[in-house]
Amino acid sequence: MKNCFLTLVLAVLAFSATAADPLVFTDPAMEERYNDLTAELRCAVCQNQSLADSDAELAQDLRKEIYDMMMAGQDNEQIKTFLVDRYGDFVLYRPAMEGNTLALWLMPGVLLGIGAIAVFFTVRNRNRRLATERQKGSS
Amino acid sequence: MIGRLLPVIIFLALGILLAVGLKIADHKTEIPSPLIGKQMPEFTLPVLGQPEVMVAHDELIGTPFLLNVWASWCVTCRVEHPVIEELAKSGLIRVVGLNYRDEEADAQAWLARFGNPYELNIADISGRTAIDFGVYAAPESFLVDPNGTIVFKQIGAVTPEIIKEEIVPRVMEWRRAP
Repeated sequence: MKNCFLTLVLAVLAFSATAADPLVFTDPAMEERYNDLTAELRCAVCQNQSLADSDAELAQDLRKEIYDMMMAGQDNEQIKTFLVDRYGDFVLYRPAMEGNTLALWLMPGVLLGIGAIAVFFTVRNRNRRLATERQKGSS
Repeated sequence: MIGRLLPVIIFLALGILLAVGLKIADHKTEIPSPLIGKQMPEFTLPVLGQPEVMVAHDELIGTPFLLNVWASWCVTCRVEHPVIEELAKSGLIRVVGLNYRDEEADAQAWLARFGNPYELNIADISGRTAIDFGVYAAPESFLVDPNGTIVFKQIGAVTPEIIKEEIVPRVMEWRRAP
């Protein structure tokens, strides 16, 4: 029974070892940079997943590519440019603020503004209504 | 007055937004390629089945060609295959294959079984060159002009409509003004 359990544990460990990327980091800061970077890059194959999350073969290839570029001393901007040159702005979860992405960046603020104005007028109208009702009630 | 109309206006705006969303939903998985209008990426790769024979990107430049990215594991490639075969047979344009992330034996078996429409097949076993081309799924096809510039990319199967609308007009133009 004990042996059986051990075999199971080893089998799971062996499986997870093959499923994970064989990317080795000696520097924890480098590893954190890698994790942050792959989390904010979008996988082109499974389009609702980041490069860090995706199990697609292309995502594995690209993670390896990013790892190699980092080891070669390239910075995040260079790595992002590498990917954007090939796959377009699409791969960036936080695209640069440009003409065609302006609406994307400004829309939340605009919507918030519209909401604030709506709340302002609703509250003011209700206060006025309540005030007139109170006046009627007192007279 | 405005207060009463407001829900209707919001409803209509939402309706338009969703209608537009539905309309572009068909193509939402297709990422426009930043490589259109740019020079074809550089590569040196072996010919499929002849690992000692290397092909470089600049050896292909001169006459226009369609670079078709395919793999034996790719189901849509099988659907696309008769169309690519027809295109190659028509003599309209050279068809070069880029065998993507495949096993050589599987690729050869696939060609033997379905027929080999390719003038040349380049083996990109690692998929590294495909990354330079921005390939994220097979099949994908790149139309390369006589100067080596990528002028059109098809994501997914090439269809007779794509050939008629995207490939034929460009090839005809190149033939008129070489």
